[in-house]
Amino acid sequence: MKGITINHISKSFPLKKGKLEALRDINLEIPECELFGLIGPDGAGKTTLFRILTTLMLPDSGTASVNGLDVAKEFMQIRKEVGYMPGRFSLYTDLTVEENLNFFANIFNTTVKANYHLIKEVYKMIEPFKKVRAGKLSGGMKQKLALSCALIHRPQTLFLDEPTTGVDAVSRKEFWELLRSLRSEGITIMVSTPYMDEASLCDRVGLIQQGRIMGVDTPQQLRRAFGKKLLSVKGPDMLQLLRQLQHMEGVENAYPFGEHHHAVLKASANTLHLPDGIEVQEVEPDIEDCFISLMRSHEG
Amino acid sequence: MKDKAITANNLTKQFGDFTAVDRISFDVNKGEIFGFLGANGAGKTTAMRMFCGLSLPTSGQATVGGFDVYRENEKIKNAIGYMSQRFSLYDDLSVLENIRFYAGIYGMGSKAIRVKAEHILKGLELEAEKNMLVGSLPLGWKQKLAFSVAIFHEPRIVFLDEPTGGVDPITRREFWQLIYEAASEGITVFVTTHYMDEAEYCNRVSIMVDGRIEALDTPAGMKKNMGVSSMNEVFLQLARKATRTEN
Repeated sequence: MKGITINHISKSFPLKKGKLEALRDINLEIPECELFGLIGPDGAGKTTLFRILTTLMLPDSGTASVNGLDVAKEFMQIRKEVGYMPGRFSLYTDLTVEENLNFFANIFNTTVKANYHLIKEVYKMIEPFKKVRAGKLSGGMKQKLALSCALIHRPQTLFLDEPTTGVDAVSRKEFWELLRSLRSEGITIMVSTPYMDEASLCDRVGLIQQGRIMGVDTPQQLRRAFGKKLLSVKGPDMLQLLRQLQHMEGVENAYPFGEHHHAVLKASANTLHLPDGIEVQEVEPDIEDCFISLMRSHEG
Repeated sequence: MKDKAITANNLTKQFGDFTAVDRISFDVNKGEIFGFLGANGAGKTTAMRMFCGLSLPTSGQATVGGFDVYRENEKIKNAIGYMSQRFSLYDDLSVLENIRFYAGIYGMGSKAIRVKAEHILKGLELEAEKNMLVGSLPLGWKQKLAFSVAIFHEPRIVFLDEPTGGVDPITRREFWQLIYEAASEGITVFVTTHYMDEAEYCNRVSIMVDGRIEALDTPAGMKKNMGVSSMNEVFLQLARKATRTEN
């Protein structure tokens, strides 16, 4: 079985009092050549799962395989076949762009030339700076160099831990376009992000919070499964309107959502009676609405 | 001038040959929630440092809370609150110790601190955790506490630099409700964010490209003007014009 398989993985870390359950019984099946997004806030367990899959950490229980190789027993082989871009920049800051790339090619027994076609699209954006030390690069440039280094040995599977965090909307868009073209080269990609709007760019997503996967599906299917009536509401005094909605009978939950507020209705309610001058419209849920609803039902 | 929290007139900052902030001019009204957007490297942080009295402009004028950024930067520091994702609270101090520390720096008396701290802890439902180390709190609670601490000394203006990065979607919204409440009490809010839906929560937003303010309007006005349906599209259209690379 190629791709990624995760069976009942759990991991906790000791604290002064008790323990932190970083991952709780994670199960996932990611087929070959899928662009899979792991979506959740800081502290949800995303990085711990990446470390286990890239063989840098052992789970407390459960098993996982990457490209058909067991993460606990066949770690040496996995390390040859995967690319990993950690959340924190971890290239050599006192080597130049070019030196970093050659170094990574070297330790994987290959050359930059052999796999240049794979990195060409991203590397050409930083090539003018190839003589610059990596530590001197801007955030977006570092991100592109890190991706080039993670790709240089043509991995079967690519793990990217929050590659777009703190990166502005334009660079984020460019980066996702790069990922989609890599997927069509036949590389399985698992990418994590705290930005819910990036869900729609993935083939399938897993929503993760407090070490639990709350839902796994295509973005379209997750939205369809929302299962409640959702109203978009707008008025002249948005703070006052929000307080009003949060105390209304038929409202299960109300929260700001861009220029509107979203109100999730209880099953018993069909519509809301609001004063004149308030715009109300039924809308389709967004991934963020789904995430909020799943979080509430898990905390429930 | 009296109803303005911030004024900037041809405000410029150069580092050698590099013009980080290039003749920006705008006003922020008192009690307004003002979104200060721009791509990485557009000059937002440099501009914000000048408004906070931490960096002197190369040329141009600016006032914050009525104080001049060249001559009265110490007064500015007293009149503002500041919070960022990177620097907010001390992890190895307790909730209460953090409050006392910051309020003390701003010269508040111990009785005033005690009374107000109680009020804040109640509002945030953190009474039971007041003696816990901040480092052991979930990120979302930390961010809400950091905001409350930033406005604890009742500043006229609060500067928020990407306050909600990485926070879960429920906490992000609770955070914005705190912002709305602070604004309704008359505090001016100057905020940067990478979340485009949060741009919609602002009364007005400006978008910086290559050191200049490329657009300034209400979110609705901006979308209408450019004929698009979301702030994300507005941002992408404007920021694509950028020619300079990031910071």
